[in-house]
Amino acid sequence: MRPFYENLPFICIFIAIMCGVLSAVIQDGRKVYRLALMMTAVIAVLSVVLLYFLYIEDVSFVYSMGRFAAPYGNAIKAGPLQALLATAFAIVMGLSLLGGGHSLFQDILPEKQGLYFAVTDLLMAGLLALVYTNDMFTGYVFIEITTIAACAMVMAKDTGPNLIATIRYLFMSLLGSGLFLIGLTLLNSATGYLLMEPLAKAVAILAELGQYQRPLVVSIGLMVVGLGIKGAMFPFHLWLPDAHGGATTSSSAILSGLVLKGYIVLLITLMTRVFGLQLMRKVGVSNILLTLGLLGMIFGSLAAMREYHVKRMLANSSVAQIGYIFMGLGLGTEAGVAAACFHILVHAACKPLLFICAGRLSTVSGHHRSLKNLRGSAYRDVAAGVGFTVGALSMIGIPLLGGFVSKLYLSEAALESPFMAVVLLTIAASTVLNALYYVPAILAIWVRPAWEEVRFIMLDVKPEDMRFDRLFFIADAVFIFLIFLLGIIYHPILNVIRAGIRLM
Amino acid sequence: MLEAISQNRFAVVAVILFGIGLLNIMLQQNLLKKVVGFSIMDSAVFLLLASLGYIEGHGAPIVEEGSVNASLYINPIPSGLVLTGIVVSVSVTAFSLALIQRIYRHYGTIELRELLERAKKEED
Repeated sequence: MRPFYENLPFICIFIAIMCGVLSAVIQDGRKVYRLALMMTAVIAVLSVVLLYFLYIEDVSFVYSMGRFAAPYGNAIKAGPLQALLATAFAIVMGLSLLGGGHSLFQDILPEKQGLYFAVTDLLMAGLLALVYTNDMFTGYVFIEITTIAACAMVMAKDTGPNLIATIRYLFMSLLGSGLFLIGLTLLNSATGYLLMEPLAKAVAILAELGQYQRPLVVSIGLMVVGLGIKGAMFPFHLWLPDAHGGATTSSSAILSGLVLKGYIVLLITLMTRVFGLQLMRKVGVSNILLTLGLLGMIFGSLAAMREYHVKRMLANSSVAQIGYIFMGLGLGTEAGVAAACFHILVHAACKPLLFICAGRLSTVSGHHRSLKNLRGSAYRDVAAGVGFTVGALSMIGIPLLGGFVSKLYLSEAALESPFMAVVLLTIAASTVLNALYYVPAILAIWVRPAWEEVRFIMLDVKPEDMRFDRLFFIADAVFIFLIFLLGIIYHPILNVIRAGIRLM
Repeated sequence: MLEAISQNRFAVVAVILFGIGLLNIMLQQNLLKKVVGFSIMDSAVFLLLASLGYIEGHGAPIVEEGSVNASLYINPIPSGLVLTGIVVSVSVTAFSLALIQRIYRHYGTIELRELLERAKKEED
């Protein structure tokens, strides 16, 4: 008799899909909103339970779906890392919906609100499936589901620029999934498997015998590039600022905080479970990831410095932070992958916080978005100001906050690398660049401007916007707590990640 | 040379189709033509995938009662993948067409370059 907790990953995915279907039927925005929040809470609790058992017993398990046994059929595989990521994804999803709830109901047409939450529920299912899947083709199908859901979330706020941003996002994503599919086809034709374990064995044998070297390298390259395009790896990130910057607050938070990570988690699974880090290093894909990650860290920050629109600035900063993750993966060591996983968690906590705070600050400033018009806005909602400050300081890498720990571990992982000097210098340069745009933003919201300057802005502010937003306050407080948690009690979390990578 | 091509005829056609699709996506400014490009690109991948599972002279993998002889059938897994892939591709195409329609109603054009200019102006 296998333990009951092995059913939990499937139950989580199933709950998310069922909630999506139910939401599409119910249609009433407020009810469905509550349903979505409850769903994320339930999934978070179930995932925590799963995490507890898997970490205590130090195991990972394969859960086969359907009647066909391995090496065919379909399966889920869960270990501590997967359970941790699922927990984090569910919590961040719930908090993002909570924090952006107010503007959500303003930005989206009333008759479309029910569908919006149907999409978020399906997105949650897609993300969970990307985390748990043990089958390449299921991975591909859920990549597409996540893509469509993410695009629908961008276009939910129905303005012209948003529609154009969505179509650009959609085209880039489709190109990415097309490349992934070809890579998958080549790999399947060379090995004959789709389940990850037999695939990994076959790949290892091919690599050892030196057969089919070129198809193998091409397929690894295509898959990495395909997922890289979707995860906003450096030269393929041009769709990101408009799509993430223009969407409604919750969408931006979820897209930046979670959707990018879903693809990267699948990439990590491929790297560690299927190809193996050694092979990745041998065929040189690791070095490409490292180079593109380093470039992204610099150019993302440079683009963010030029931005005056606060949400687009945050979106550009995501490109830089994603660069850190790819850099960690590109180091090609377990320490690097562990640091990258930790940075996934840190970024998933910081960026949604920054987005919901920026959204709140712009709400209390008459929906103006440029930093110039947000001057002194922190005094109009102190909680949002504090949240923005904490998130920004964490992104810069101030001790006691999550961002510091991930930078520390990324640097430590870099020490073993042959490119130590370049990596460390880039981390230093990128930190300075981060400070160069986050510090002015913090100053802008906290410096009280002369009354004549804000008078015109205050004319646009409606009284109901100034009211205390309780849901936002809760989300804000929990996010700040999470960032401090990641920054202070990081040893247990890193232990879970290391155990997870070992049991991949 | 010719023999190699005829042996790999599916792969050759798939590569050509993929190239056509990719060029359409990259070079066309009309959003609708880009979507057509995606469809062509997807078809190329499906052709390649289906041909990889095809074994000359074997039948469709439908098991009749009693007789299960694997050597009579083609490999069913790639066919299954192609079916799933087609479903995915259809839904993505439907989504992009709906989006393009929405853009057309909003701006009255579906030329990407023009749209980008308009969007930039709208923001300033």
